[in-house]
Amino acid sequence: MVEKKYTLGWLIRNIVLWLVVVIMIFPLLHMVSVSLSDNVNVLRNTITFWPKGFSLAAYKFILTKPLIYNAYKNTIIYTVTGTLAALFILTTGAYALSKKRCPFGKPINILIMITMFFNGGMIPTYLAVKWLGLLDTLWAIILPGAFTAWNAIIMRSFFASYPEEIEESGRLDGLNDIGVLWYLVLPTSTAVMATIGLFVAVGLWNNFFGPLIYLSDEAKYPLQIVLRQLIMQSIADGMETSGPSTEIAENSIKYATILVSIIPIIAVYPWLQKYFVKGVMIGSIKG
Amino acid sequence: MSKASMTPAEALPATQSPKSRRWIEFKKNKYLFFLTIPTILCLALFYYLPMYGLVISFQEYKPFLGITGSEWVGFAQFERFFNYAFFWRILKNTILLSIYSLIWGFPAPIILALLLNEVRNQKFKKLVQTVSYMPHFYSTVVVCGMVTMFLAPTGGLLTRGLAVLGINHNFLADARWFRTLYIGSSIWQSCGWGTIIYLAALTNVDPQLYEAAYVDGATRWNCLWHITLPSIAPTIITMLILNIGSMINIGFERAFLLQTPATYETSEIISTYVYKAGIQNNSFSYGSAVGMFNSVVSLILVVSANKISAKVSETSLW
Repeated sequence: MVEKKYTLGWLIRNIVLWLVVVIMIFPLLHMVSVSLSDNVNVLRNTITFWPKGFSLAAYKFILTKPLIYNAYKNTIIYTVTGTLAALFILTTGAYALSKKRCPFGKPINILIMITMFFNGGMIPTYLAVKWLGLLDTLWAIILPGAFTAWNAIIMRSFFASYPEEIEESGRLDGLNDIGVLWYLVLPTSTAVMATIGLFVAVGLWNNFFGPLIYLSDEAKYPLQIVLRQLIMQSIADGMETSGPSTEIAENSIKYATILVSIIPIIAVYPWLQKYFVKGVMIGSIKG
Repeated sequence: MSKASMTPAEALPATQSPKSRRWIEFKKNKYLFFLTIPTILCLALFYYLPMYGLVISFQEYKPFLGITGSEWVGFAQFERFFNYAFFWRILKNTILLSIYSLIWGFPAPIILALLLNEVRNQKFKKLVQTVSYMPHFYSTVVVCGMVTMFLAPTGGLLTRGLAVLGINHNFLADARWFRTLYIGSSIWQSCGWGTIIYLAALTNVDPQLYEAAYVDGATRWNCLWHITLPSIAPTIITMLILNIGSMINIGFERAFLLQTPATYETSEIISTYVYKAGIQNNSFSYGSAVGMFNSVVSLILVVSANKISAKVSETSLW
């Protein structure tokens, strides 16, 4: 069968797919251009594709705003500690539960399954965090979402397929189960750790809902909350009017802040793509 | 696995009582139990404590009285919600937004995956995948922020583009456009990512089927309808049930971030209302009851979707 290459179908398909590429990339390009242009051009609304009158003023401005760099620092703290906490809880639990001899393994697994179908919902979860005295602390941001049934099940099935012989050899050398996990299993499980770790880290970096309901202290706000405030209100009422803000277009500052918030994501994107695709596949097979 | 679990108990003399045998078994595996403690704590504190907290839906909960001290009011909180002036509007908005999201959002990744599957140029395919997966990792705040700014009445990118075409309209403040913005932005963000699962299903289609069909003179359309779609139908149906299941739990964040008081007529949904009533107004019992109502409706939906699917297509989740 000789396939004709340049058919009408081929043309339509290519036009649609190129349109997809443009629609996905163009907003990013536009934001980069506005954030890098000088205020005259931004205020005249002449920027579409490329920056005009190159200027880094918007980036300099946000780097000197305590509100923004403090929020950036908070987001980094929440992401790093939250990812470590989640990996600790998930690996220990999933490893133990992957063994049939784990005491109370069955009931714990059932309790995990139930959480996939039922949960308390927004208000009772908020109250639980409040009762535990965690409101307005780091723990309210990182702990409630640290354990999820989905991630636990992916990890558990990974550990369940881990070669028994390696663990057996460790036990013969006098290691207990915790020692086997720490010295033998973890060092050889970096792929699954990276996958789950990236899942969790991106979730924490982008987390808006948690900080919105659990934090009221502005000094603890992460980037997403500050970004939201910045976008919703004009610079004039959001930040002090003095300073260089009059010389920098409001939109440049907003776009620069958005970009600064997604640069780390773009930086790890090649790994995200690689590991996440794998993660989705594991999840779909199990689900 | 079974060897390890049997040896300690089996090796013991038969005179041992089952209780002490279990104790010895536990002591043997106590380190595994220690490893489950963080998990048990998380489950207890952040899943089961909130589930217990749901009882406040049947109370007039006062924080200083606690659950044990607060007054029981039966279904009064639910009645209050059913009698709320905007109850029907909120329910209608939630259901319509979910249904429209499903109708528009569900086929989008399938179509994109089918298009991508036909592409023979691997570099181009890779390019489309790379750029279309990316928005999946942007936060909802960023995506909604982009929508807000591109449609801003002065100087927004889309506002300017549409002005060229002679359209001058403030879409952000128009209730009739809220659902379009909501669904459009969510398709933009997740359509590419959604293709992964379908692309994987497509690679499993036996290429011999196509060859045989071509020999019989089938066109590409014939192949699409009679080979490709039937082959990935189980995946499509599974995804459909999963989507229906999470349908009414429709995203709080996107609705909350895109709504403005001018659009409440279409943009106020149950979850945003729970936030406002429960957290902003501190009506915990009421908010909890409204949230519970939402979960019950959602559960009914997923169970019936699964039932229908099991009858019609013999594919079911459980």
